[in-house]
Amino acid sequence: MPKHLISIRDFSKEEILSTLEMATTFEKEPIQPLFRDKVVASIFFEPSTRTRLSFETAANRLGTRIIGFTDIGDTSATKGETLKDTIVMVSKYSDLIIMRHPLDGSARYASEVSSVPVINAGDGSNQHPTQTLLDLYSILKTQGRMEDLKINLVGDLKYGRTVHSLLQAMSHFNPTFTFTSPEELKMPQEYKSFLRERNIEYNEIINLNDGLNDADIIYMTRVQRERFTDPIEYERVKNFYSLNLSMLSGCKPNMKILHPLPRVNEISPDVDNSEHAYYFQQAQNGVYTRMAIIAKLLGMNEKN
Amino acid sequence: MEKQLKVSAIKDGTVLDHIPADQLFNVIEILGLSKSLKQITFGTNLDSKLLGKKGIIKIADKYFEDDDINRIALIAPQAKINIIHNFEVVEKRILSIPAKVKSIVKCMNPKCITNHQQVETSFTTIFKEEGFELLCHYCERITDKDHLKIISSE
Repeated sequence: MPKHLISIRDFSKEEILSTLEMATTFEKEPIQPLFRDKVVASIFFEPSTRTRLSFETAANRLGTRIIGFTDIGDTSATKGETLKDTIVMVSKYSDLIIMRHPLDGSARYASEVSSVPVINAGDGSNQHPTQTLLDLYSILKTQGRMEDLKINLVGDLKYGRTVHSLLQAMSHFNPTFTFTSPEELKMPQEYKSFLRERNIEYNEIINLNDGLNDADIIYMTRVQRERFTDPIEYERVKNFYSLNLSMLSGCKPNMKILHPLPRVNEISPDVDNSEHAYYFQQAQNGVYTRMAIIAKLLGMNEKN
Repeated sequence: MEKQLKVSAIKDGTVLDHIPADQLFNVIEILGLSKSLKQITFGTNLDSKLLGKKGIIKIADKYFEDDDINRIALIAPQAKINIIHNFEVVEKRILSIPAKVKSIVKCMNPKCITNHQQVETSFTTIFKEEGFELLCHYCERITDKDHLKIISSE
């Protein structure tokens, strides 16, 4: 286990599996105040309700104390303090830092100046590794295995960092991918070459209906309006990628729908009560996964 | 007229020849020559069969470590490095692109932390059939050869 959690690229297959295994034990017994003497700093330089609440719930369940801020307006960063100075100071107060920051690469940099472990809770459009780990945990939990699954990634495959990290992480487990996206939001070439180098099969389609029936996991993402120069094009695509209950009649019984949330139009509310819907449990799994990560990083710190 | 006459010979030192003309000042920058106290002569926009227009730098009594000289391979891969003793070329060095590139190249991602705070840039070189790309250690984005910008020491 690395000393920090910055990028899913740093994680080997074994480290991924041992983190998921620990998350399973926390799910069975979610209240484990093992770290009453620890202080966790939760520092959010840009707002994120879901991720922050999930992390703070996880830290609370482990019995830690939490300090921090939720908005850059509260901090001396607005007075011109550098990220380095903020991190050095916070690492003197706390045993672990959970950080979200709008700049790409800020988390790696923070880990280099911090004297305590750093967890990246999102650095700009770069990495969000705990999201990836909770996605993996949700896949493992619903399918009972990680190997040889058919995964359909849907929506904004060009800019979506969650799909890129998930693709990298799943590449350890011999998956087959379907990429469903409009022409203007196709999976970038660098990720396709990454898969080709590893002999991982993928196919690219435009029509959502074509990739539903043989999938084990359908991973939906939001298509963001601001990605389009032509608003009419956005309207067309927006409705094109709306999954509703009637489309799921031919799906495999084990198929689950994941979504990093928040969703807008891409999953119709009539899917919510279907046994294929898993996106709310997926969010709940985030707490167990984050407990596992915090515990691992704090535990390692104790031995030092 | 012979091109050797355009930039006078040195007795001892290093000659960097076949530098693409538009990269000459970047090479000077990367090697830190603007702060050097050695005698330096250079020429640019000289005719070259290989490059069309080339630059040349001659530095008296100066010899570079491989790690230093290889940094110019990023922008002048065809450059020839000749070590001179007593007006004779005693050694020809071949440039190779370094596996790690620190602090001389700017990350092309405008949202990268290195472009906002005082963080030394750091890249891993990815070698490709058609050349190379640099993977940023911080933002994990690629800076390709066509977008390579040298950080000025100012």
